[in-house]
Amino acid sequence: MSRDESPLMIEACGVQKWYPNGFHVLRGADLQVRRGERVVIMGPSGSGKSTFLRTFNALEDYQEGRVVVDGMVLDEDLRQIDAIRREVGMVFQQFNLFPHLSVLDNLLLAPVKVRRRPRAEVRRQALELLERVGIHAQADRFPGQLSGGQQQRVAIARALCMEPRIMLFDEPTSALDPEMVREVLDVMKQLAADGMTMVVVTHEVGFAREVADRVVLMDEGVVVEEATPTAFFGAPQQERTRRFLAQIL
Amino acid sequence: MGPWRALVATPADTALTAVLALLLGWAGWGIFGWAFGRAQWLVVRANAATLMVGRYPEPQQWRLWLLLGMLVSLAGVSWGLLRGRGAWPRNDRLAVAGLGGATLVLPPLLALGAVNQLRLLLLFALLLLLRWALARWSGHPAVLRFASAWGAVWAVAYLGGLWLIAGGLGLPTVRPADWGGWMFTLLITSLTLLLALPLGVLLALGRRSELPLLRWLSVAYIELIRGAPLITLLFLGQNLVGFLVPGGLAPDRVWRAAAVLTGFAAAYLAEAVRGGLTAVPRGQMEAARSLGLSSALTIRHVLLPQALRVALPAMVGQCIALLQDTTLLSIIGLFDLLGTARSVLANPDWLGRYAEVYLVLAVLYWCSCAALSMGSRALEQRLSISRDRATVPPSTPSPTAA
Repeated sequence: MSRDESPLMIEACGVQKWYPNGFHVLRGADLQVRRGERVVIMGPSGSGKSTFLRTFNALEDYQEGRVVVDGMVLDEDLRQIDAIRREVGMVFQQFNLFPHLSVLDNLLLAPVKVRRRPRAEVRRQALELLERVGIHAQADRFPGQLSGGQQQRVAIARALCMEPRIMLFDEPTSALDPEMVREVLDVMKQLAADGMTMVVVTHEVGFAREVADRVVLMDEGVVVEEATPTAFFGAPQQERTRRFLAQIL
Repeated sequence: MGPWRALVATPADTALTAVLALLLGWAGWGIFGWAFGRAQWLVVRANAATLMVGRYPEPQQWRLWLLLGMLVSLAGVSWGLLRGRGAWPRNDRLAVAGLGGATLVLPPLLALGAVNQLRLLLLFALLLLLRWALARWSGHPAVLRFASAWGAVWAVAYLGGLWLIAGGLGLPTVRPADWGGWMFTLLITSLTLLLALPLGVLLALGRRSELPLLRWLSVAYIELIRGAPLITLLFLGQNLVGFLVPGGLAPDRVWRAAAVLTGFAAAYLAEAVRGGLTAVPRGQMEAARSLGLSSALTIRHVLLPQALRVALPAMVGQCIALLQDTTLLSIIGLFDLLGTARSVLANPDWLGRYAEVYLVLAVLYWCSCAALSMGSRALEQRLSISRDRATVPPSTPSPTAA
């Protein structure tokens, strides 16, 4: 089955959102992501890219338009939202690990309490995941004792421990020291190679070129351009994209 | 430079040190001279039992010893468990020394009977034995299994103990109005705290709730209570309930006072907890929600553990304030430690022996508060041990980067 026929995992149409202070942050943003696709969202700060990403697991609500994730419409229905969040993993810029829990317990919390899986079984899986992201030796340490790069890899493992069908990354390397960016990107590349459906908000051009199926430029709350990495970086169609690329390349 | 050298570091420091030392010496000499010269300690010796337990009938006092024995056993086990986990870092030996010294010195000073002195020594020995044994075998699977349920054992034993001294198991009833002295102060403080802590947490959560009605009610309650002096609320509790409920049906005055204290302490604790909740970064809630945790699970496993840790010092401050606030109960005519002491002093036999009695009171209150703050410091250290210790990143190479 070619990728174009894979089922739609995320379908966002004409999403509009106003902040409580009246600011019109999303002005009709559209995006479709099929199973197994890797989509990178770029854009200047304030373009609404993080806000858009966060509507995919209902961390942000929206007023107009429609977001369908894995066949479920994200609306006011709370049960629907909790069901979606179980299937959608998210990695944050600031890691947001739980500082009062050990690395291992950070991974165990949601599968044991939400999915109600037996602790011993989840533990085995969590240790495997930690091995995969290279934090195996630190399982019993606390987040405050790890470097930024290690914390972010734990955060990825924590999201994966819920066995999500989609992974969202919200500027996962922006808060890292430069020498730690690579270890996190390597984990993300490996995840992409395993066929995970990923939507990544990032400024890492190298990652976008190497991993993305599509690159999307957002500006002022709308999707300006959407293309394969080669086309996006080599022959952008929109004047806005050219200006943006001139600034970051 | 050692701490002692700092006392004489400069001429000004030296002069200040000398002046303070003279003042301290003069005050100390005065108190010493009074305590071993003019003071007449007979009033304390003759009323030692009253100061401890009030008018609790003597033939029934074995029930209090039983309760004390139970609490000592529980405390010994908890202490041992904490030590076994290495979770009682610094003042462990100091606490043993303090307790031991008090057990050896105070009973003879108070001229307690030989039997009672022996009982206290045995209880202290039991405490040390349990502390040692539980620490010794803390890794044993059986110990680990019951350790997880130990909080529940405390709660059951505590409530069972209250029932026992009030008159359970067909024992003669001793009305709470006849409980008194130090025992009464400690019992009503602990009972109030036990009830006020969960109530305070709920109020703090209510104040941050997204439901407007719940939020408004919480805010109104907290601000109303914090805006009134405790003594007026206590009088209100004593009198208002009497108007509302026909005579015989109103709960005992002690329970009414306990209810008022609980409601009062809860409002202040709620503010302390709210401070802790505010300190938890927004990202924590977002991370929890993004993993699919419900609001209840997020509060239980992510927000509260972090918030209470931050709020702990403020909460302990409130607990100590509450212990001291119980002295107001003497004004509404209940026999807490202060009320009992005043009733002793009202006896013509002991006319004018204020200094002796109030000095003993000060020491007893100081010991209670010091124990509270020592325990809380140990708890703080235990809680912070896990996360704030080393923030140096361990330098293991990452296999994925290889």
